[in-house]
Amino acid sequence: MTDLGKIIAITGHYGSGKTNLAINLAVDFARNGEKVTIIDLDIVNPYFRTADHSDLFDRYGIFLIAPQFANTNLDIPSLGFDMAAAANNCDRLIIDVGGDDSGAVALGQYSTVLNNLGCSLYYVVNRYRYLTRTPEEAAEILRDIEQVSRIKAKGVINCSNLGSQTSAADVAETEEYAAQCGKASGIPVVMTAAERSLGVVGAYPVDVYIRPFWEENN
Amino acid sequence: MERNLMKGNEALAEAAIRAGCKCFFGYPITPQTEISAYMAKRMPKVGGVFLQAESEIAAINMVYGCASSGVRCMTSSSSPGISLKSEGVSYMAGSDLPCVIINVMRGGPGLGGIQPSQSDYWQATRALGHGDFQILVFAPSSVQEMADLIGRAFDEADKYRMPAMILADGLLGQMMEPVVFHTEEIQHHDPEDKHWATTGHKNKRKHNIINSLYLQAEELETLNFERFKRYETVKQEVHEAELYRTEDADIIVAAYGSVARLAKAAVDNAREQGIKVGLFRPITLWPFPAAEINEACRNAKRVLCVEMSMGQMIDDVKLALNCRLPVEFYGRTGGVIPKPSAILEQIKTLAKEAE
Repeated sequence: MTDLGKIIAITGHYGSGKTNLAINLAVDFARNGEKVTIIDLDIVNPYFRTADHSDLFDRYGIFLIAPQFANTNLDIPSLGFDMAAAANNCDRLIIDVGGDDSGAVALGQYSTVLNNLGCSLYYVVNRYRYLTRTPEEAAEILRDIEQVSRIKAKGVINCSNLGSQTSAADVAETEEYAAQCGKASGIPVVMTAAERSLGVVGAYPVDVYIRPFWEENN
Repeated sequence: MERNLMKGNEALAEAAIRAGCKCFFGYPITPQTEISAYMAKRMPKVGGVFLQAESEIAAINMVYGCASSGVRCMTSSSSPGISLKSEGVSYMAGSDLPCVIINVMRGGPGLGGIQPSQSDYWQATRALGHGDFQILVFAPSSVQEMADLIGRAFDEADKYRMPAMILADGLLGQMMEPVVFHTEEIQHHDPEDKHWATTGHKNKRKHNIINSLYLQAEELETLNFERFKRYETVKQEVHEAELYRTEDADIIVAAYGSVARLAKAAVDNAREQGIKVGLFRPITLWPFPAAEINEACRNAKRVLCVEMSMGQMIDDVKLALNCRLPVEFYGRTGGVIPKPSAILEQIKTLAKEAE
């Protein structure tokens, strides 16, 4: 896998697959013996969030920093933690940012410290999401995200998927789209992520942790 | 046809635009805010109007005005916000106006919670406001069906001149599934085609008046009689349900919306264990598909009604069956989602009783 950097921030359009990618990265780095911290910076959507997976993180010794009241009746967007300390206390820091520019606002308040420490911001794209179907639309959303987060994106990560109905061909045919997204945004495509069982050649294999409610885990 | 990965809320919004909805008046509330957010982005691009009102009450009254002029329009909210809209809905029903209202239900009563629920069934089918009236109620069960039913709701609302509701819940609104839109085009509906609409008389006809105030008791009664005669026609013409593995079923599970998805998984598991069970899923909640449930229960000995509420649709199930079968209930409430494994346990208990 390409070296993604020590501090990795994952941003993108709502529902592009950001949170699932962030969880996979955290688990894989932890499996490699790294000390991993994951920050749930998604203060926009209280329905699906990183903080739902604290059991998984415990299993791999991943340290989770989440909004103080995440998953309680008081799901208010309060973020009180020291970003520099979080970065210094681990080998790898993964930041799961909320969707679109509204989600990236939360990242903006840490822009000075993150730019000083060297943060790699990645833009997740999904060709099957309605408002990012064209590279131009995708580039427009990234511009908004960069503006409010005050961090320049390093690369595009192609997470194109149709949920449980995704086929290997569905992923393969988005290669050109991802390249065009990179071109339109002036950054390279660093990788394509695809569900493990699809066996897409050259893709970063991911497990699906975000599942519909009627698929009971365990 | 292109497949899109969409949230239920987004699919509702896009499908409404394609069905010719020109104006959307909203006010944010979890778990349906994506509808407003989507409309805010898309409406200006297609020459429509997105307006965030100062309150839910303002939004429904904007719909009232917009619908009076014959334009297809919509509002959306979640449970507490729908309660606020109820006065406006009653005025629209009393003025014979078509519109679409989306309720992405969350736990109640009161401000409740933000997790999914189905506890507004009574409100939607019995009393979304004061006075003698009904509204059409459609209950989608997948993101694709959310997209498909919006156009239907607009068409039926226009046809019968009455408000129509899409009754969804937080689970459906938030989940993502592939969706296909059957047309790339945006439908055009001319307000002039509505002979009653306030489109401007241009000195060519008498002016149209939209009103729900009738101080003469006999006049108001006549209008209510006429409206209820129309409701009888609606009952004859608009009723739909999905019957799943009901042919030989001893036990019928009755569930709608997202809970029907959970129940379907439980039915499949029970079938694997040799239990003859089927699913009755109403797609229209008002009118309730009475003929369909009787068809589903042809060979049934027991019915299990499963809801994300304390038991509301169960009333319609019993009424439709004329209480000829025992109807049991299993429900979770307050935002708790019933698990397929728990529904399966209920089915097993009933199967033992039915032996």
